[in-house]
Order: sequence, then C-alpha cells, then structure tokens
Amino acid sequence: MELTSSTTLVAPRAKGIVDPSTGKPIGSNDKFFGEINNELADKGFLVTSTDELINWARTGSLMWMTFGLACCAVEMMQMSMPRYDAERFGFAPRASPRQSDVMIVAGTLTNKMAPALRKVYDQMPEPRYVISMGSCANGGGYYHYSYSVVRGCDRVVPVDIYVPGCPPTAEALLYGVLLLQKKIRRTGTIER
Amino acid sequence: MSEALNALATYIRETRGALISDATVSFGELTLTATADNLIALLTFLRDDARCGFVNFTDICGVDWPQRPDRFDVVYHLLSPKQNLRIRIKVATGEDQPVPSACAVYPGADWFEREAYDMYGILFTGHPDLRRILTDYGFEGYPLRKDFPTTGFVEVRYDDEAKRVVYEPVELKQEFRNFDFMSPWEGTDYVLPGDEKAKQ
Repeated sequence: MELTSSTTLVAPRAKGIVDPSTGKPIGSNDKFFGEINNELADKGFLVTSTDELINWARTGSLMWMTFGLACCAVEMMQMSMPRYDAERFGFAPRASPRQSDVMIVAGTLTNKMAPALRKVYDQMPEPRYVISMGSCANGGGYYHYSYSVVRGCDRVVPVDIYVPGCPPTAEALLYGVLLLQKKIRRTGTIER
Repeated sequence: MSEALNALATYIRETRGALISDATVSFGELTLTATADNLIALLTFLRDDARCGFVNFTDICGVDWPQRPDRFDVVYHLLSPKQNLRIRIKVATGEDQPVPSACAVYPGADWFEREAYDMYGILFTGHPDLRRILTDYGFEGYPLRKDFPTTGFVEVRYDDEAKRVVYEPVELKQEFRNFDFMSPWEGTDYVLPGDEKAKQ
C-alpha cells in the first residue's frame, strides 16, 4: 500500500488462516473449547480434578533457570527467542533459582563449577526438574577424559531429561522440554 | 614482511646484541632467545625504543621439554602496532629456577604469568600475586606438564550423606582409547601377525 498525503492510512485486513465456509478463524468451532466456553458462560466456573489442575498448572508455567556454561547456552537462548518461542508452552526464563522449577544445564560442567551448580540446585524449590543439555553435560562428551571436567552432570544433580547433541539444536532442546512436560503429566502426583 | 623482520633482527643485534643469544627468522616470524637475567632489560628496550615500539603484550606461553635439564621454555609474544610486526622471545628455565616477572614492564603480564604458573609450575619473581588462576580450588599438580596424566588424579561427585560435592580418586569405566582415523586403504600399513612370513 502506498503512502500518499491524500489517502488515510488504514491497517490491512488480517490474513490469518480463515475457514472459508464459516468465515471465522480455523479452530473457532472446536467442540472442546466450545463446551468450555458455554460452561463458563452459563455457570461462570469450571469443574475438574485437583490432580489435573495441578498438572496443568505445573506443566503450563515451568520457569526455567538458565545455567549456560558453554556453547550449548547459545542454543538455549535460541530456544527462548521468537523463532522457537518456548514461552508458547509456558516455559519462561527466570534468572533466579529460588523462583524457578527447571534447571537447564547447558554446557561443560567443570570440577570447579560443580559445587556452585549443586548450591544453585539446592536453592530451587520443590518440585524441581533438571534438563541436561548436550554431550558434555550428559557424560563429559568431548572432555570425558579431562582432568578438570565432571563426567556427566548427573554425578552432581539428579537429571530428568537428557538432550543429546553437540550442541543440540534449539529444536531438539524444545523437544526435550515437551518430553519433560509429558513426564510431569505422566508422573502426575502432588508428591513427586 | 620477511625483509622488515630481518632488518629488525639486525637492528636488535647491533644495538642490544649483549641481551640476546640468538635471533632467527623462520616461517615468517622473528624469534629472539634470551636468558632470564637479560629478559627485563630486553623487554624494556623493545617497548621503549622508538624504532621497535612493541607496546602490545600479546601472550605468555610455556613449553615443556622433559628431556632437557632446563625443562621449560617461557615464550613471550609482543606486537608492535607502529611497525605492524610481531616478535617472540624465548627464555629457557628449570623447574625451581624462577624467571623475573614482566609485570613492571607490561602490567598485562599479570594473569598470563599466573596462567603459566598454574599450568606448568613456572615461577616468576617479583609478581604481585602469584597464585593459581584457572584450575580448581585446591588443585594439585601442573596439568600441562608432559608427565601429568590427561585424566588427572581426582574426580568430583555429590555425596548424598555428606550433602556436598566430594573429591575421589579417578575411576574410569573405560580406559582412554586412541583411535586411528586414517583410511585403511591409503593410511597405515597394517601387518597382521604371521603375514610377514608369507611375503618371503
């Protein structure tokens, strides 16, 4: 659209995926959401089990703590950036261990860093989960025989999900995150 | 480039020939060899001389030659932005034979000397704070020495009873393997036992 002084500037019509038969966006006639919508409109509240509610809350607002140690951290940043956009799964970065649920160990864990990693892990509130990202965090990787590297971060903290790769792509890490959510859903108890 | 380096080598030999024992140009790089006693005088000259102008201190490296009586080489790398030239100074030293610290001449040498001390155990006299810089707190040994094993001596683990990270002697599930990645067709000539008889 050209900008001229004689015409008014009007935003163009949205070009989202629209169902031609209804003229509404695709998914707007979803049965499940329709029922929920009706129930909310009729009664003003929803009824569900506590277990499901807690699972929904747990998986849907996982705050992850960045523990970037090496090059894997760059892929971890990619995962939270707009292209892969981890926040659409309710997986949001949090800089403080005291307010986070997941720790992503991204990179080579050295002997010197190990006590600090454990200290930070101990500060996290329960329930807490750990994603080990990349070969180095999984088992020492390239530095397995080094004098200064921990041969896998599971020697220091309990790990829930191992993401392989050197470094894993942002997509792979995001898949690991989805698997963690699945694991939380399957375990599905208040007491972990 | 090589002419400029040769001219510089000649200039240093003429003006401060007593400070260096050798000056060679190889692979397009100039290397001076000096003794520990003359090192500071040489560095000060290279920094302050109007013709040289090596004001940029690039690095200090160590080299370990276990078969030599003076087992270490301390290698200084300097850059002259004015001449756009680099220079290397080698000083041989022993295990308990200190080298004078370059911190007074180049303040940037501080951490490089700490690193050389950390990795090789090379001692520097007159350094303001000579302690380990990279290795773990309480680390023992000098990891870049040839007689230091790659895997070191200790590994860490979280002890659930002690509630802290503990150090234990290294215990490898599988020994280090050195793979030969050369093509079996064009690389190593594998001689199976017994095959040498068949050829005769």
